[in-house]
Amino acid sequence: MDSAEMPLIEIQQVDKFFGRFQALKQINLEVRKGERIVVCGPSGSGKSTLIRCINRLEAHDSGSIVIDGTELNDKVANIDAVRSEVGMVFQSFNLFPHMTILRNLTIAQRLVRKTPKNEADKVAMHYLERVKIPEQAHKYPIQLSGGQQQRVAIARALCMRPKIMLFDEPTSALDPEMINEVLDVMVDLAREGMTMICVTHEMGFARSVADRVIFMDEGEIVEAAPPAQFFENPENERTRTFLSQILTH
Amino acid sequence: MSFDINLTLESIPRMLGGVGITLQLLVVSGLLGLGLAIILLLMRLSKKPYLDWPAQVYIYVMRGTPILVQIFIIYYGLPQFDWIRSSVFWPILREPMGCAILALSLNTGAYVSEILRGGVLAVDQGLSEAGAALGMSKRHVFIYVKTPIAIRIALPAYSNDVISLQKSTALASTITIADMMGIARNIVAETYAPYEVFVSLAIIYIIFSTGIQKAFGLIEWRLGRYERRNG
Repeated sequence: MDSAEMPLIEIQQVDKFFGRFQALKQINLEVRKGERIVVCGPSGSGKSTLIRCINRLEAHDSGSIVIDGTELNDKVANIDAVRSEVGMVFQSFNLFPHMTILRNLTIAQRLVRKTPKNEADKVAMHYLERVKIPEQAHKYPIQLSGGQQQRVAIARALCMRPKIMLFDEPTSALDPEMINEVLDVMVDLAREGMTMICVTHEMGFARSVADRVIFMDEGEIVEAAPPAQFFENPENERTRTFLSQILTH
Repeated sequence: MSFDINLTLESIPRMLGGVGITLQLLVVSGLLGLGLAIILLLMRLSKKPYLDWPAQVYIYVMRGTPILVQIFIIYYGLPQFDWIRSSVFWPILREPMGCAILALSLNTGAYVSEILRGGVLAVDQGLSEAGAALGMSKRHVFIYVKTPIAIRIALPAYSNDVISLQKSTALASTITIADMMGIARNIVAETYAPYEVFVSLAIIYIIFSTGIQKAFGLIEWRLGRYERRNG
């Protein structure tokens, strides 16, 4: 098979348990390079767990996850290799509060990539300009609005030049007027061809950006379809119920 | 009864002659205790039972017994063992000062390690995940993310412990050490005027505690820059 056609993310028959609770049940998912996936579903459906397994913030219990040819298992070298290719953005931003914005963007470059300081600074400023807040470089996270903090978090992940970006409900903790500034950055990223998996309930974003929308419920992938089909003709009853609940207003 | 102001004025300078000893007890035991606390903390955080357990037992015993008892055990108790008298530690344990510093360090180390542990555990788990997601090792996350935040969180409780240690140094006077408290007791033995002498001593201790509190307040303000919205 041509390497361009090889899936960048290959998840096969993955189970994940928290104690007795099964968070993921026999998950199969392939994501090609450049594909944009939106994952939605009710809370507790396993969508966050799924993307957290992709960079091993959670360890899956059975099945296999292969990221760009590297299998995720207990080997630290493999985990490091995958994490260096996968960026993640969290619901609660998780910026390092005691570091300036600039330091937030350079710390991992310097420690993990051993990038010299002035080069790391340059990379950081480049991405801060891309998320349109270079003037905040020397402030602390608390001095920024939620939307600005989340844009910094995106820039921080991009500084590591990831091949894949994971978004775990990136707009859920934001005030409504700040959601769009974050979504705009994500749309730009999608246009440039970044491989993305986004857990989100922003259905407008899903419609305009996603190649596939995945609906999860009770740890299973219930439905996966291109947005047009997903929103107009969902096959599964549970998907229809969910959509009717979140699209009523 | 009357308050003899002259006696106060005479005894304060004499008691201040013990400031050096009091400070030595405070600073040396404070630093040694902090070192011990960090070792105990790492043992407890290691999640290895053979490290965690001894640390837990140690902390349990030191926190469960009066510091005066600990001082007496070390000063009166240890010399009964021949092997201690013939060990390399004897030059230290032979001296009351060595015994007092040892007891205070061992005691404060137990408390401070728990204070620091509280700080580490209070650091938002999401920050460690963010570090991991960026490819940082556990070690890097611990050093660059958790530790600075944990120090900020633990600082108020730690300053409390230093103030408490400062006052515990007075117990060293029970094993013949001439710190401020020891000198005060000598003056009382000479003058039979406990009221004037101890009230004066209390004032000296309060001034010292105030200085420690101010110093820690300053450090907290410096380290807390990142918590203030407007610079």
